Amino acid sequence: MIALLTRDLRLAIRAGGGFGLGLAFFLILAVLVPLGVGPEPAVLAAIAPGVLWVGALLACLLSLDRIFALDWEDGSLDLLATAPIPLEGVVTVKAFAHWITTGLPLVLAAPVLGVLLNLPTGAFGWLVVSLLLGTPALSVIGTFGAALTVGLKRGGLLLSLLVLPLYIPTLVFGAELVARGAAGLPTQSALLLLAGITAGSVAILPFASAAVIRINLR
Amino acid sequence: MSSFWEYANPRRFMRTTDWLLPVAAGVALVVTAIGLIWGFFFTPDDFRQGSTVKIIFLHVPSALMAINAWIMMLVASLIWVVRRHHVSALAAKAAAPVGLVMTMIALFTGAVWGQPMWGTWWAWDPRLTSFLILFLFYLGYIALWSAIDDPDTGADLTAVLCLVGTVFALLSRYAAFFWSQGLHQGASLSLQPGTRVDWAYKAPLYVSMTGFALIFVALVLAGTRTEIRARRMKALVARERMA
Amino acid sequence: MSVARGGVPLIAGLSLCLTAGQALILRGPNGCGKTTLLRTLAGLQPPLAGEIDLPPDAVAYAAHADGLKATLSVRENLAFWAAVYGGGDVGAAMGRMNLSGLSDRAALNLSAGQKRRLGLARLLVTGRPVWMLDEPTVSLDAASVALFADVVRGHLAAGGMALIATHIDLGLPEAQVLDLTPFKARRPAPGQGGGFDEAFL
Repeated sequence: MIALLTRDLRLAIRAGGGFGLGLAFFLILAVLVPLGVGPEPAVLAAIAPGVLWVGALLACLLSLDRIFALDWEDGSLDLLATAPIPLEGVVTVKAFAHWITTGLPLVLAAPVLGVLLNLPTGAFGWLVVSLLLGTPALSVIGTFGAALTVGLKRGGLLLSLLVLPLYIPTLVFGAELVARGAAGLPTQSALLLLAGITAGSVAILPFASAAVIRINLR
Repeated sequence: MSSFWEYANPRRFMRTTDWLLPVAAGVALVVTAIGLIWGFFFTPDDFRQGSTVKIIFLHVPSALMAINAWIMMLVASLIWVVRRHHVSALAAKAAAPVGLVMTMIALFTGAVWGQPMWGTWWAWDPRLTSFLILFLFYLGYIALWSAIDDPDTGADLTAVLCLVGTVFALLSRYAAFFWSQGLHQGASLSLQPGTRVDWAYKAPLYVSMTGFALIFVALVLAGTRTEIRARRMKALVARERMA
Repeated sequence: MSVARGGVPLIAGLSLCLTAGQALILRGPNGCGKTTLLRTLAGLQPPLAGEIDLPPDAVAYAAHADGLKATLSVRENLAFWAAVYGGGDVGAAMGRMNLSGLSDRAALNLSAGQKRRLGLARLLVTGRPVWMLDEPTVSLDAASVALFADVVRGHLAAGGMALIATHIDLGLPEAQVLDLTPFKARRPAPGQGGGFDEAFL
């Protein structure tokens, strides 16, 4: 399992691995939104939590189809499925590798982009906390979507169509947590709900993803 | 000894629906027509909402069936996963477009009703939002079915998506209520017109709900028959190729 | 045992048994179901009928595709599979397949034959007793085929088994050959279940 994790991380940072693409996308989005909306600080502050969360979500989505597609194309997915690691472990490791290469950089970069979007000072901590709690769910849910569409021609568009509705609860609670933090409202319920979604997804979805991969390899 | 599971046999299903489908379709048309005509022309105008209230006879039944269609797909998917009855998977496939259209009708009639009532075509009310989300789930489910060549693989994958999607759709619905409360405190917009609905409205409403349910049944039966025929054609072609 | 691909039965009524030290070569025309049979035996898809009696964790499967990562070096590719299967000797495997000189080269810079040799070296680090090989000698030159035959022979001598689907002469005269043509699934007689979608006919 650790070997698989190190292999996936190594592949991500080597040439053509796509590491940092999601981060660059996130940055560009945070630049484009003020350009489109206008520089009014109050407006930007009001929309900052939502924009940052939607940006993080789309940046995550961007790299999902790589999770299994490459292993499927070169035949390693067949070999991994016959290897001694349980497939549930494989998908969990793959989701974790996706989180490290996509989710974690987003968490670290988000405060800087919060400055660009004039996020209220009190909300920075909540932004980091919400992304730290929420992005693992995005990776795990996305892995499920990637597992569903593995082996499909032009699966990328379908993947977005399948995954985005599943992202709605995470997005709502995550952005709500930041918005409430920014407004100085109580944050506990949003925090617990977000943590609950992440915990539930991480616990249950790998089984669904593994089942779906087995069906797709048949 | 006749059991419900006998209808899991495609041939048995076809034979039964040969006569059941026309009957169901006929009854569905008559009941819906009675419900709608009664509702539109033989109910009093509401003292506040005027005649716009009568769109309720389209709106509520379609909203009801939009949700029930998803529940039926969930049950059919579970039956497929547990008992591997092909008819069940095909019925789930046939129900999805019907559910999608019901959701569209509910959203559209809601907008038409909302415009004179609230002065806006669309509001991010939790109920409206959850229907929009349901619409997205239907789209994803149908898109996945249409993307996969092998019918059994498609049935398996869409069944898993349906199960997972149900959980996330419920979460989204809860999230929509949570979110809307959070953003505009004490929003008073509600889709339900008044809490007390008079029997003059209730009776035709129930009739038209029954009509919509029957229309759904008839459409799903027809769709399932089409899917069974398509599968049969595929199987025949495969057998010819082996000869 | 029967197997099917895409809802069409390919092989029916097949029964085979391998003992330690035995190699079996599967032959048959293209599309007769060799790959499907191997995938079924490797546990990637369920059989249409019949059963497979294999001890758990016995099979090492090698498909058409080698499952190599282009940006990883030869050693890294092998070391990954060795770690997954619980630590085979990477250096020895590279030596056996004549890859030692290439150990630090990225897989994308290998020739087709070298890639194939790397894919086969993967079998050596798995430590699994039953090898299931799908067209293992495609794009190998004569010398490499002989090398491969030696490796298989060594594996058999150590009590291993090999099931090889191929139509190229491997230089393994001691291996038994099974022609799959007689087991081709026939069109079922009317009224008889054919095993596939018969519910719809």
